[in-house]
Amino acid sequence: MLGTTITLAFRAINRHKLRSFLTTLGIIIGVASVVSMVTLGNGATAAVREQISSLGANVLQLRPGQGFGRGGGGPRPPDFKPADLTAIENQLTGVRAVAPVVQSSGTAIYEGSNWSTTVYGTTSAYSEVQQWKVADGRLFLPDEEEAGKAVCIIGNTVRTNLFQGAEPVGKRMRIKGVSCQVIGVLATRGQGGFGDQDDVVVMPIKFVQRRFTGDRDISQIMVAVDDAYDTSTVQASLEELMRERRKVKAGAEDNFNVFDTKQISDTLTGTTTILTQIVGAVAAISLLVGGIGIMNIMLVSVTERTREIGIRLAIGAVAREVLMQFLVEAIVLSCLGGLIGLALALVASVAIAPLMQVPFIFDVKVNMIAFLFSAAIGVVFGYFPARRAAALNPIDALRHE
Amino acid sequence: MADNPIISLRGVTKVYGEGATAFQALKGIDLDIQQGDFVAVMGPSGSGKSTTMNILGCLDVPSAGTFLFKGHHVETLDRDQRALLRRRYLGFVFQGFNLLSRTTALENVELPLLYRGEDKKTRYDMGMAALDKVGLKDWWDHTPAELSGGQQQRVAIARAIVTSPDVLLADEPTGNLDSERSVEIMELLTDLNRNSGITVLMVTHEGDMAAFARTIVHFKDGLVERVDQGVAA
Ligand SMILES: Nc1ncnc2c1ncn2[C@@H]1O[C@H](COP(=O)(O)OP(=O)(O)OP(=O)(O)O)[C@@H](O)[C@H]1O
Ligand SMILES: [Mg+2]
Repeated sequence: MLGTTITLAFRAINRHKLRSFLTTLGIIIGVASVVSMVTLGNGATAAVREQISSLGANVLQLRPGQGFGRGGGGPRPPDFKPADLTAIENQLTGVRAVAPVVQSSGTAIYEGSNWSTTVYGTTSAYSEVQQWKVADGRLFLPDEEEAGKAVCIIGNTVRTNLFQGAEPVGKRMRIKGVSCQVIGVLATRGQGGFGDQDDVVVMPIKFVQRRFTGDRDISQIMVAVDDAYDTSTVQASLEELMRERRKVKAGAEDNFNVFDTKQISDTLTGTTTILTQIVGAVAAISLLVGGIGIMNIMLVSVTERTREIGIRLAIGAVAREVLMQFLVEAIVLSCLGGLIGLALALVASVAIAPLMQVPFIFDVKVNMIAFLFSAAIGVVFGYFPARRAAALNPIDALRHE
Repeated sequence: MADNPIISLRGVTKVYGEGATAFQALKGIDLDIQQGDFVAVMGPSGSGKSTTMNILGCLDVPSAGTFLFKGHHVETLDRDQRALLRRRYLGFVFQGFNLLSRTTALENVELPLLYRGEDKKTRYDMGMAALDKVGLKDWWDHTPAELSGGQQQRVAIARAIVTSPDVLLADEPTGNLDSERSVEIMELLTDLNRNSGITVLMVTHEGDMAAFARTIVHFKDGLVERVDQGVAA
């Protein structure tokens, strides 16, 4: 009986290829659009997360002034002194690593190529704080740091633009008119939400202070919080320490700010999650529209097929058998459409993800939901109109125009 | 003839529609059909011939009255039981053929066997035998669109007789055919009646066709006007 039904269902599908194709098409489009959109949305979220985590997890950024800008009017708040750094290193608990940073922009020159970039003066601790890795060569040696030697580690963008194909490690280049030796190349970090993170030259802070900034001031201190400690507690004690050191009177506003990178990360992640949800909602609507399409075709085809139902009933089929055939047809077409839709979504996502510079992430749940939803629509709307037709007297079904 | 009719109608009425638009197509039909008979049903248009045939073929239900098939009450059967009755005992041939489109002659003929649960081999053998009987063995893989009207009607007859039904009901089987094809169909029905023992009931407007029958039932205004013994009797 089931074998017969399946035979009949496949015969009907095979004989009406266009009708079968149109029915399937609605499901294909619905499933493919919802799955690929959500997949790419998830990829975008993951990409943002990745960029954020490249900022270094649980890092507190200490800067003079309020907020990102250096405050409104009034005198410019002072930079930090080397003693502040030592104090943080020695007096603050829950600190994994502390790195001072001074920045300066300038042009790097190597054999006739030049490239304008940003110079970071810092210590080896910076690599630990920011989780930067050296892909090629090495970090600063303690004596190079201590003496502020003319050595530098370059980012990949600088390497490409300055050295083209040549091996940079060991070569001497000029930065802001000063000669320095390249000792390493940083591992690629990519295009962050914060500009090209590979367009940098990193040098010992003492060198940058001596040759470029001309004083021993530190414009920024990065504090990596130990995973075992609560970031906000460490942040509070850092703020307290700095108020004390910078002699901020009780009740007065801080003349520095501590920024928790986790906050940015939370905010950005929140934003992309909302984005994914919006994209998901749009996709869900397209799935719904696809569903209505399926519904239409199924309804039309059943109306069209009422005479067929009449013939089957007239030659002795029981209503149940006719219905079963329609149900199997609907299941086969819906599942087929669903599978094709999933495959299409897979191909599209894999193809588009690199163009959008987001990773491809296969989400089983989304695939399942889209598939089940469209399959359910196909089955429900294939089955119920057929049920109405099969409930007719055979002669009425036959007379149906 | 033995007075043990295979079909017996008593006071069968049929009302189409409801209320003000209700129309009584059958006003109380009393009719006995003997086993092995070849019956032609005649009468003016609108006299209720098709309505009666549909009721006899279990494609429709009477509004009132009794319908005995082999002595069993049919009017009390439910949908599924009527379907099984059609499957087991009845073959129906329509004026408009009613073949499944895009389906070969053989597959059309095999369809009732499929619902009877016959296996592939049996279906093929019986289907081909039925097609052979109607002279279309060589056309088994043609779809209705590739067959003439007469051939289509013969496929429809093959489909109706493939299960060896007790009764073959045909509502104007030659209505869409020219006289030459019509005679072929009538000879086929006569052969099935004589040599396969199938009771044949046929609606026709043409005296030439009715001449093949043994019994002629005349309808008028939803009633049986008279029953004649035909030329072939
Ligand atoms: N489904 C229906 N709904 C309403 N009235 C119907 C329906 N079927 C038939 N009738 C009416 O019932 C009457 C009998 O119809 P029927 O088809 O039985 O006539 P008939 O004898 O077969 O006529 P014909 O020779 O033209 O085929 C007609 O007046 C017809 O209009
Ligand atoms: Mg009629």
